[in-house]
Amino acid sequence: MKINHAVRRKLLQFIAFGCSNAHLLNFKGGRIYTGKWKQFCNPGLNCYSCPAAGFACPIGALQAVNGSMQFSFSFYVTGMLLAFGILLGRAVCGWLCPFGLLQELIHKIPSPKRHLKKGFLYIKYVMLVVFVLILPVAVTDYMGTGKPAFCQYICPAGTLEGGLFLLAAHESLRNAVGALFSLKMAVLIVTLIGCIFFYRFFCRVLCPLGAIYGLCNKISIFHLEVDSHKCIGCGKCKEICKMEVDPVKAPDSAECIRCGACADACPTKAVCLGFSTKCGKTLP
Amino acid sequence: MVNNKTKLLIRTAGLITACAFIIYGFTRGEAGVVLNKAVNICLECIGLG
Repeated sequence: MKINHAVRRKLLQFIAFGCSNAHLLNFKGGRIYTGKWKQFCNPGLNCYSCPAAGFACPIGALQAVNGSMQFSFSFYVTGMLLAFGILLGRAVCGWLCPFGLLQELIHKIPSPKRHLKKGFLYIKYVMLVVFVLILPVAVTDYMGTGKPAFCQYICPAGTLEGGLFLLAAHESLRNAVGALFSLKMAVLIVTLIGCIFFYRFFCRVLCPLGAIYGLCNKISIFHLEVDSHKCIGCGKCKEICKMEVDPVKAPDSAECIRCGACADACPTKAVCLGFSTKCGKTLP
Repeated sequence: MVNNKTKLLIRTAGLITACAFIIYGFTRGEAGVVLNKAVNICLECIGLG
């Protein structure tokens, strides 16, 4: 039996989900993992306040350091994001991100599937610049400490993975629920409903981490190639792509999560995915 | 269109920069800030802060 990209990817997604969230016993009692591994960032989006999380969320960590009293720019987290981005690009989203897997599972709920208007794809860049890079540094208290604005006002992963479980376990936290939690719950509900109708709604519209890795797609070592000699222009790759990318025209598109569905669908094996360059010349 | 040689150059330079950033950030104590944030319940993340 030949194992295609779809099977390999799903397997790795579940393994990555398990590795990112290995501390399952913490759900009992509503604790979070407090070991040394949490100084390292998870490649994908995974809230560090999730009881099972074993690593730091890269977006949360970036805001925490940038908004801290001691530092205004995080070389450490930026370096990690740059390394993940250059090595894998948005393959992190497609193969390793726990929240990406959750969205794909939600999208399996039977419903009419919709196409996303192109304008929505730019919102994630606004999220990155305004909520992750500017607000935590620009809006500070009297001590000079900024708050992680994306985590505070937007991130549905934090509400789902951390908020709901911790609130269920601690009465003191439940008593502190207010308007901010209502806002975050509203974002979570919109995201979950969006994921039912639109493939990876959060990744495509809101995720600042997807925006960073998307920018790295043009130079990432793990990449997609189309062999111009083998391609017969049948359009099956574009047709099957759930991220609505045309791999022939834009193999390095910032929206491509390197899932490999196009490579599996290509009748002439003109589309290649991997670290090496098997296909030869890429179409212009 | 970025050709393969340019890509290789950018990748190499990018990876070297990434390693330098990680080492520099680690040595000046940024990992401690990340750890301190990650081992405490982040009230902002869960919608209470």
